[in-house]
Amino acid sequence: MLSHLPILQVILPLVAAPSCLIIRRATLVWLFTLGVCLAALAVSALLLQQVYTTGPISYALGGWDAPWGIEYRIDLLNAWVLLIVSGLSSAVIAAAHSSIARELAAGRQMLFYTLYLLCFAGLLGIVATGDVFNVFVFLEISSLSSYALLALGRDRRALWASFQYLIMGTIGATFILIGIGFLYMMTGTLNMADLAARLPAVSGTTTVLAAFAFIFVGICLKLALFPMHLWLPNAYSYAPSIVTAFLAATATKVALYLLLRFTVTVFGVDFALASLPLELLLIGLGLAGVFAASAVAIYQVDIKRMFAYSSVAQVGYMVVGIGIGTATALQATLLHLFNHALMKGGLFLALAGLVYQVGGCRIDSFRGLGRTMPWTMAAIAIGGISLIGMPLTVGFVSKWYLVAAAIDAGLWWVAILVVLGSLLAVLYVWRLVEAGYLQSPPEALAMIRREAPLGLLLPTWLLIAANLYFGVDTRLPVAVTAAASQFLLGGAAP
Amino acid sequence: MNDSTLVQLGLLIPLLALVGIQLTARHANLREAVSIIAGTALFAVVASMYGPVIEGKEIAVHWLDVLPGMALAFRIEPLGLLFALVASFLWIVTTLYAIGYMRGHGEENQTRFFSLFALSIASVMGIAFAENLFTLFVFYELLTLCTYPLVTHAGTDKARRGGRVYLSVLLGTSIGFFLLAIIATWLLAGTLSFKPGGVFAPGTSAALLSVLLVLYVFGVGKAAIMPFHRWLPAAMVAPTPVSALLHAVAVVKAGVFVLLKVCLMIFGLETLRSIPATEWLLYLAGVSILLASIIALRQQNLKKRLAYSTVSQLGYITLGALLATSAGATGSALHIVMHAFGKITLFFCAGAILVAAHKTEIGELRGIGRQMPVTMTAFLVASLCIIGIPPTGGTWSKWYLMLGTFEAQQWILMALLMASSLLSIAYLLPIPLRAFFGGNSANGFDSEPSLLAEQGEAVAIREAPLPSLIALGITAIGCIYLLLYPDVFYLLIKAGI
Repeated sequence: MLSHLPILQVILPLVAAPSCLIIRRATLVWLFTLGVCLAALAVSALLLQQVYTTGPISYALGGWDAPWGIEYRIDLLNAWVLLIVSGLSSAVIAAAHSSIARELAAGRQMLFYTLYLLCFAGLLGIVATGDVFNVFVFLEISSLSSYALLALGRDRRALWASFQYLIMGTIGATFILIGIGFLYMMTGTLNMADLAARLPAVSGTTTVLAAFAFIFVGICLKLALFPMHLWLPNAYSYAPSIVTAFLAATATKVALYLLLRFTVTVFGVDFALASLPLELLLIGLGLAGVFAASAVAIYQVDIKRMFAYSSVAQVGYMVVGIGIGTATALQATLLHLFNHALMKGGLFLALAGLVYQVGGCRIDSFRGLGRTMPWTMAAIAIGGISLIGMPLTVGFVSKWYLVAAAIDAGLWWVAILVVLGSLLAVLYVWRLVEAGYLQSPPEALAMIRREAPLGLLLPTWLLIAANLYFGVDTRLPVAVTAAASQFLLGGAAP
Repeated sequence: MNDSTLVQLGLLIPLLALVGIQLTARHANLREAVSIIAGTALFAVVASMYGPVIEGKEIAVHWLDVLPGMALAFRIEPLGLLFALVASFLWIVTTLYAIGYMRGHGEENQTRFFSLFALSIASVMGIAFAENLFTLFVFYELLTLCTYPLVTHAGTDKARRGGRVYLSVLLGTSIGFFLLAIIATWLLAGTLSFKPGGVFAPGTSAALLSVLLVLYVFGVGKAAIMPFHRWLPAAMVAPTPVSALLHAVAVVKAGVFVLLKVCLMIFGLETLRSIPATEWLLYLAGVSILLASIIALRQQNLKKRLAYSTVSQLGYITLGALLATSAGATGSALHIVMHAFGKITLFFCAGAILVAAHKTEIGELRGIGRQMPVTMTAFLVASLCIIGIPPTGGTWSKWYLMLGTFEAQQWILMALLMASSLLSIAYLLPIPLRAFFGGNSANGFDSEPSLLAEQGEAVAIREAPLPSLIALGITAIGCIYLLLYPDVFYLLIKAGI
């Protein structure tokens, strides 16, 4: 049983998804989905524990050995990402029941849970697999289901946002597929480890270079790296709140994982650095993203959209970490992967609570929120403080590592810009705090607003508490990411 | 009682007070009793550490490691104890004062007010006791965050604007410079623990250290060195007890305390002397002192004038620390105490005048000494303390600062300090003198006696509520007491430097 964990991780939600259609009762479906997510979480925790103690696990799908068969290969990097994805998905789905009941028509709820599980399975598959074509398959599974999830939004503009995402996402996926095709053409293999072994022999060719470029751009599209981020704010702001929380906490993380996997494992840092000015490109685009997106976020009226832009900015930080490329910097990226998932998960769930009560989350509806919905507002304030990177929150931990990595690598200007970027976060977060605590509620809203239902509030606070807990007790994330970044750079495996 | 238990208590008592205040929110008297009792207990705890610290005993507490090698840990050293003593004592007095003020002024949200007050004191204790820069930074930021709602207490547009400036300057400098400096120190020295004599290995590049020193001096925005002083006048929108405790004692003193500690225990005086940037920063502090004095002279709003006076006086403390001589550091540490007592009295008086006479402009204060003799006498004493002339404790700190410039042979700075002292005479003393000897000027000009009778308002002015009066009496007497018995603090400073 334990040796089948890698495939169990993916197959569980994949098989469970159609079963949702059989159950039909909303509450039951919700409980079922929650159960599946929790089971996946348990599996990923077991996997991480196993990998941490005994080293990478290789699982041959259907008994066909790698490089011919499909290999699932779990090392510290993807075990870590699997844990993040399944943990956050569980927390988000725990909050889904009341919010989905309010935001979606009764007939569509089942559809939501089915798509959620499909998308979840796709994301887990991308992370778990060690086969590049398999990556593409799961990428399509997760993408197609996320287009549909986005389109469930009540707002008619959700359709347009979903269509926009469909176009961009498809271009991204196609690019990745073209890249994979080129790689297959040159090496005759699709297995990642095998590719890594065979690529150096042909690394001088234009085809490999083109493959790398295609894959790089394709992933950056999915990642919403500036300036390829334009689909993201629309998608996040018009989707149902739960979907936003889910995608914000998981989808971009998985795309970032892919970027890391391809540049570091498949192509290898040496090739990536030699063929493209990758260091400069990633640091430059990352920082540009931080500043452009944060500056735009400051002026947003719709708060979901504001946090969407903030997500683009945070992706920028993670990419800067990859660009610096030292062990500490990669560790900063991996830490921020986890930390940002906690922040944005908590924040978007808190916004779901607001949407539940008010029906929207424009800045106006924040006025006086500290009095009418104290718990929701406090969650947003703490999540925001974590986003700024105040000490004793997770945001501080990742910022510390990133700035330390930049200074250590002699890149003072990067350190300064990273720090300045987090000051922009102060500006957009503080608008909310000011509105929530210092302004009195508008009269039209003062009557109807009450605290969000407990079912929403508990998962929100679970994530917010995690923001504080992992900001103080950093042993788990720091130990795992330190080992993972060492492993990635080919140092001593744990 | 175990010494390390004392440290834990010092940090926990204000937090317990916070809980107590929340629980007794419905009963105003009980709630204020909680504050007073907690303040007294805290002061007793801090004071009981005095003996062991003077004897040079090591009192340390280790909470937990947040990142590998970076701990939330506390260690009591003489300078920290000095700061904690002043802050905890003045917390009691300020609570007393706030009771009179908040009720007399009919302020809202008093429970929130007193709770945040307690939380601020907890952060101050954390800063004072911090064993390393990381712990210090944590509490430094916490102090910014929990004083923000106090600054914006009124909730008006003006308060919001003030709060915005307050937050953006303090967070901007602390994240933009201070944090950067701390991380760089960590990478350069491999430790963040405070160590007498400094942490940098000999031979560390002077250019790099210069950059670091500049980052620290600008990064500690709470020390209000120009050009990062704007938050202080902006924060004057806060209720007066907040201005008094936080912006004459807790927040600004946290700033200069951090600078002093960084100079003494991160750089070390030896290293500090050898860094080229020190010279420039000294002049910057000098300019800050002089400019702020000149601006203070032109302010017509009483609290604004006091705010700029604070900026100027904080410059003295920074300058003393940067002089890198033992007399300079002594003067700097002493001035933390003396200025705290003097400035808090001045703010108490300003608040008392506001509550009793509803006056905020200096021009309106002529002749008010006849209606409020106690308040204005206290104002006079405190002014003398800030200026630094007998019969007040301010004499000592100014003396040592002068001595410091002499030791360091900084003649220009010495002249600058003298000029600024003259300026402070010009901006402070006329206020109490006109209050006693000037004619009544309710309308902005000297009134005829016959007019006075018609002005019912002028006659109705009486002294502020009793608790406030007692509070400002205590601190004013403190100013005089410190002239006669500065030993308490002097011994601590000697042990610390």
